[in-house]
Formats: sequence, structure tokens, C-alpha cells
Amino acid sequence: MNIDHEYRTDISSGWTRKHILGLQDLSKDELNIILNQASEFKRLAAIGETKLTPLAGTVVANLFFEPSTRTRISFALAAKRLSADTVDFSSSGSSLSKGESFVDTAKTIEAMGVSYVVVRHKTPGAPQLLAQHLDANILNAGDGTHEHPTQALLDIFTIREHFGKIEGLTVTLVGDILHSRVARSNIWGLKKLGAHVIVCGPTTLIPSDISRLGVEVSHNLDDVIHRTDCLNLLRIQFERQRGHFFPSIREYAHLFGMNKQRINKAKENVLILAPGPINRGVEITPDVADGPHSVILGQVSNGLIIRMACLYLLHLQRTASLGIPG
Amino acid sequence: MKSILIKNGRIIDPAQNLDVQGNLLIEAGKITGLCEATVTADEIIDATGLIVSPGFIDLHVSLCEPGFEEDETIESGTAAALAGGVTSLACLPNTSPVVDDRSSAEFILLQAGRAANCNVFPLGAVTKNHEGKELAEIGQLVAGKAVGFTDADHPIENAEIMRCALEYTRMFNRPILNRPQVPELTDKGQMHEGYYSTVLGLKGIPAAAEAIMVNRDIALAEMTQGRIHLMCISTLNSVSQIRRAKQAGIHVTADVTPHHLALTDQMLESYDPNYKVLPPLRSQEHIDALIEGLKDGTIDAICSDHTPHATEKKSDEILGADFGIIGLETLLPVCLQSLIIPGHLSWSELISKLTCGPAKILGLAKGTLAAGADADITLINPDIKYILEAAHLKSASQNTPFLGKELQGRAEIVIVSGEVRYTAEKK
Repeated sequence: MNIDHEYRTDISSGWTRKHILGLQDLSKDELNIILNQASEFKRLAAIGETKLTPLAGTVVANLFFEPSTRTRISFALAAKRLSADTVDFSSSGSSLSKGESFVDTAKTIEAMGVSYVVVRHKTPGAPQLLAQHLDANILNAGDGTHEHPTQALLDIFTIREHFGKIEGLTVTLVGDILHSRVARSNIWGLKKLGAHVIVCGPTTLIPSDISRLGVEVSHNLDDVIHRTDCLNLLRIQFERQRGHFFPSIREYAHLFGMNKQRINKAKENVLILAPGPINRGVEITPDVADGPHSVILGQVSNGLIIRMACLYLLHLQRTASLGIPG
Repeated sequence: MKSILIKNGRIIDPAQNLDVQGNLLIEAGKITGLCEATVTADEIIDATGLIVSPGFIDLHVSLCEPGFEEDETIESGTAAALAGGVTSLACLPNTSPVVDDRSSAEFILLQAGRAANCNVFPLGAVTKNHEGKELAEIGQLVAGKAVGFTDADHPIENAEIMRCALEYTRMFNRPILNRPQVPELTDKGQMHEGYYSTVLGLKGIPAAAEAIMVNRDIALAEMTQGRIHLMCISTLNSVSQIRRAKQAGIHVTADVTPHHLALTDQMLESYDPNYKVLPPLRSQEHIDALIEGLKDGTIDAICSDHTPHATEKKSDEILGADFGIIGLETLLPVCLQSLIIPGHLSWSELISKLTCGPAKILGLAKGTLAAGADADITLINPDIKYILEAAHLKSASQNTPFLGKELQGRAEIVIVSGEVRYTAEKK
């Protein structure tokens, strides 16, 4: 069955952006286009249209210079659902240690006919660098502690799905804000869509200038939980801790962990998100993680369609710029 | 040696409090003095529209030889100096091997003599191999003509070592040049800690990292009566502390780079490694304080902190990139852009920071156009505008954020020891 033209194409009109490097750059309209496109893909999936063909004949390269399981798999599957061919490159070490620079590695892979490059790198700004040097459309899959746009988009999509809107909601990001690219992207996206954002965590893990992004800063979860519609529990990144941001995991869990007692202080319909992978017993106790307020697994499946939407929109930009009829 | 008459220039010599339209005569490598336009000389230079200044003196430049000749050599670095109007420079001992013994210092002088560009004054290491553990052979280095002591980009971490160094160098009346940054607070830092480091996800270097060591160095200078010179001051708090210390009569001096005056931490939004310097580019409030410090004499000198990195060694990714940019050839235009054009300093004030100010710190009998002084002279064209292109650069490296930017002002003719060593290309 050819289903190429069976999905709505009006949703994506107005999309002209070549790269998705971060939510800081995107307008409210662009955010809504991505979210609406994702809704459309979700609708199609629900009626069994899981294999679409718009990217047939194109190549998506997944360049992961930093370890990743869920994001890498999610992107690979998203590309396949759109019928693109994929090439995967993983390197946990520095590209320079192999004697070839990061840009040269990416250029080499691009020369194999790649149109779309999904990149994860430990260096903030790495996707921006590729955008300067490559002809391909670049999609940021996480750059250091800078941005992780698709994760924030899937968080926002999940919240919108649950509440039917973003505007007017209070979303509290809990935990390590300092080292979190997910937090930065969420703040940009949520603020543009009209949410009130609270960041809540230990003083050592909240950078002092964060309030200039228009967020409320709290260091006491119990003070803010009762007026929060959605809690996003950021993972404590043990690999980034230098051992002195907080005294012990026990104390962290006591002050900022989500458990049964805290849930009882929250709004009845509070939504609990966690970008994962979660540390059970640290940010969240198992009963809450698996409880009725949690949409952690729903986030994962939404991640797939968000990434499909992003790839599809970049494809539309590319074909339009090349003068190929869509 | 030919006599030279520089005719009809604006002669500015802050050391003599001089700013006049006139003519200057040079004979036998020395300055004879102001004269009539009718005096005869072997060579006549028409300086109409130009400023006649003492040659610039740069307190800390990385020449990278021996050891890192792919970045810069003594020959290329001193050629870049001349093109920037710098007639004397002190070179950092951060070579391989480190300049921590007499023969290393003498090698630099030998190579500088062969290059015959500008005057070169070696700086010796404070500690052996810059390890911060044992003092280098400071007395031997003085014998090898080292004019001051520094561990270059390694701050002297241990307060006891710093105390001993300040006490020991007092014997030789030489300054210690330190780059004040507490390593615990700069570890893995990429840029100034503030709004932009938060947004960009780059680890910040707080302003306090500098203030803490400035405070310590001033306390040690007071205690030991040694001479401390603080390199590349970048924060408001440092300026306030140095101002108070000077008022209290403590022997402390300081310099600032042009790029710390011209650029803010916001530039890192581009993630261009050419904006990654140490100390990091700060925010506007710090720049305002630095300018205030230049005006009231708290900051004595402006230095390029020329730090070349070869293109092939440079990482495009900001985390892997080395700190530092080249600066000799942009020293004057960037000062013009950030200090003269906005009206913060007069020409005489700026020139003092580039000539007699640094000369005094190193105890050099230079930096003036007074009769009998060495004829080291820079003729400045203050009006010329041009786009900085890689092909213009004499330096072996091109790591500067000013490439492709429009600049104003350049050295037109540079005279060292009474010889014309550099003439700018006509544009």
C-alpha cells in the first residue's frame, strides 16, 4: 500500500528551518509544528500505519560520540519508520584520539551520500560546528551539558497529551540542573509555550544565573510540589558529579527524591516524568516510578514519534530547498 | 649607521609628558631629540598624519621556540611583533625545555639576534620545569639576562613557593609575573561563569578564582617586600584589590590584554575556540572596571599575551581546544577600538600603557623618545581601516577571533636601534 500522501501535509506548512540544534533557536510556531506533526504520526501509528515512506532513498547518519542506548535506538528506529537507510557510528572516546578530527569524521561519512546527520557529542556546540561545515541537515541528539532538543520535545509532547495544553501549567524540573542538557532544552521550550517553570534542586546543582531564563528557583521540593502540575525528575548524573555537590545519595533522596509521602502532597492529577535512565531509589522510589502518575514509559514511545517528526520536517526543508516536489 | 629625520609627525612621549607636532632626529641608533624640519639627515621619513611613539613593549609573549616551532618561531614571532609596532618583548619561558637554566635563556637571545627583528628579553621560570615545587636557578638566569620570572600559564599554586620566590628575586631586583587563578576553581572550566556559561552548558570559571590569588599575592608582596606583577587581570574585584594595595605602597603592578577589553563572554555563543582564553572573557561590568583601572593607573600596562596554536593542532570542538589567541599584530587596533574610539583614554594615556608603563615593570631603559634613548620608534597610522586577513599575518599561527573583522589603526613604520625594520604594505 502506498501511504505517502495519506497523511496530512498542512501541519508542516511554514517549516523552513534547516537544522534542529536546540530549542533556544525555535519559535513557538516551530515548536507547535513539531508537536502537531508528531501527533499526526501517532494517529497514523494507532491505525496501523507504522511504516511510512517519505524518506525512502535517503540516508540518515546517526553519529554518537558519546554512549547512548535509548536515544540511539530511538533515532535509528525513527529513521527506519520513515524508510530511510541508516548508518550508525559510535565512538565513546574522543574522535581526535583516532587521529581524525570530529569534523573530518563527519565529512567522510557525509560523503557517502548522507542527507541527515543526527549527532550526539560530549562537547557543547558540536552540532553547531557540523552545521557550519556540512551540507547535511543536522539534528542534535544531545551536546554535552548544552541542549537535548528531542528529549525536551518528547517531554513537552507527553505533557501536552496529558493536559491538552502547555500554556498556564506549572512544570517543576527537579534535581541536577547544572549538568542537565534536558533541563536547558525543557526550559526554553516550556517557556515559549507559556508554562511556568520551577527548577528545584540543591543550591550546588542550580547555576546562579538560571533565573535570568525566566524560571522560578526553589531549593525545597515540599514548598512547590502542591502547586505543580508536572514534575520532571532529572537523573542524578553520577558520572558528572565530582563528589561534593551533595553529601550522600541518602540525603539527596531525602530532600529531593519522589516517594509516596511527597506524592500525597501533590495535586491529584500530577504528572511525573523522568528522562531516564532512572536511578530507582534516588530520584524516585519504585512504587512511584511504576505508579499511576508516572508516564515514564509513555515518554519513551513518544520519543520515537517526536524523532520521526523532526526527521520528516528536516526532509521537507531539504526537498524544498533542492526544488524537489514534496 | 644612517641618521634618520622623522618629519612633521605628532610626537607623543608620555615619559616626558610630550605631545607635539614636530620633527625627531635619530643618530647612531640613539635619539638626538626634537629638531627643526630643515636639519639634514641620511634618510627622511615623512610622518604627516602619523603618530610618532616610542616602540611598544610587550611584557609576555609566547615565542614557542624551542619545542613548539609548529606554532611559532623566534623569527616569525618577532616579525609579528614588528608588524604590530612592538620593538621589545619579553618572552615566556613556556618552551620545551622550559627556560629554567642559563643556557636556555642564552639560546633565545642567540636566535633573536639571528632574526634581527625586535629586541627580545627572556623571562625565566620561577620553578624548575614549571612544576611549582623547587625554585629554578634564578641567579644563573639573571646572569643569562632574564629580566623577570614567571611560570607562564601555570599559576604559582603553593603560597610557600611564592613567598620564597618573592624573597629570593628581591636580591636581583627582578619581578615575579604571576597569572592569578586558583586551580581548584578553574579546573575543567571553559569560560566565564555567568549567564552565558549557564545557557551554553560550558563549565564556568568564576571571577573569584582570580580574586583569591590576587589577594594572596598582594599579601605575600607586602610581607616579603618583593615585586609582584599580575598578568592578564580580568575582574572587577582584582582591580579594586590592586588599587588598594598600590595606595598602601605595596610593590604590585598589573597588566590587561586588549581582548579582555574588547570582547565579552557572550562571544562564546558561537562556540568558536578563538574566544577561549585564560583568564576567560568576562562580562561588561568587569570590562568597565578594567577601563577604570587603566584610567586611574591601577593597571600599568597592556600586553598582547600572544599565544599561537598551529592550525593542524587546533581542535574545532571547544572542549578540546587550547586556551589563548595570538595578539601581537592586533594589539594596537584592538586598543584603538576599545579605548581610543570610545574616548576612554587619550593617545598619550594609551601609549604610556604600551611603552613606559611596561618598561618600568621590567626595569628596561626603554619606552621613551628622550634624548640619548635607544631609537626604538613606532609610527602609528591611526586612521587606516582594513579587514584583517590570514595572509597579512606574520605570525606562524592564525588563531585570532579578529580574522575577517574590520580594524582601524596599524604600525606604519617601525624603527629598532635606529634602523627601519618594518614598513607596512601600501593598501
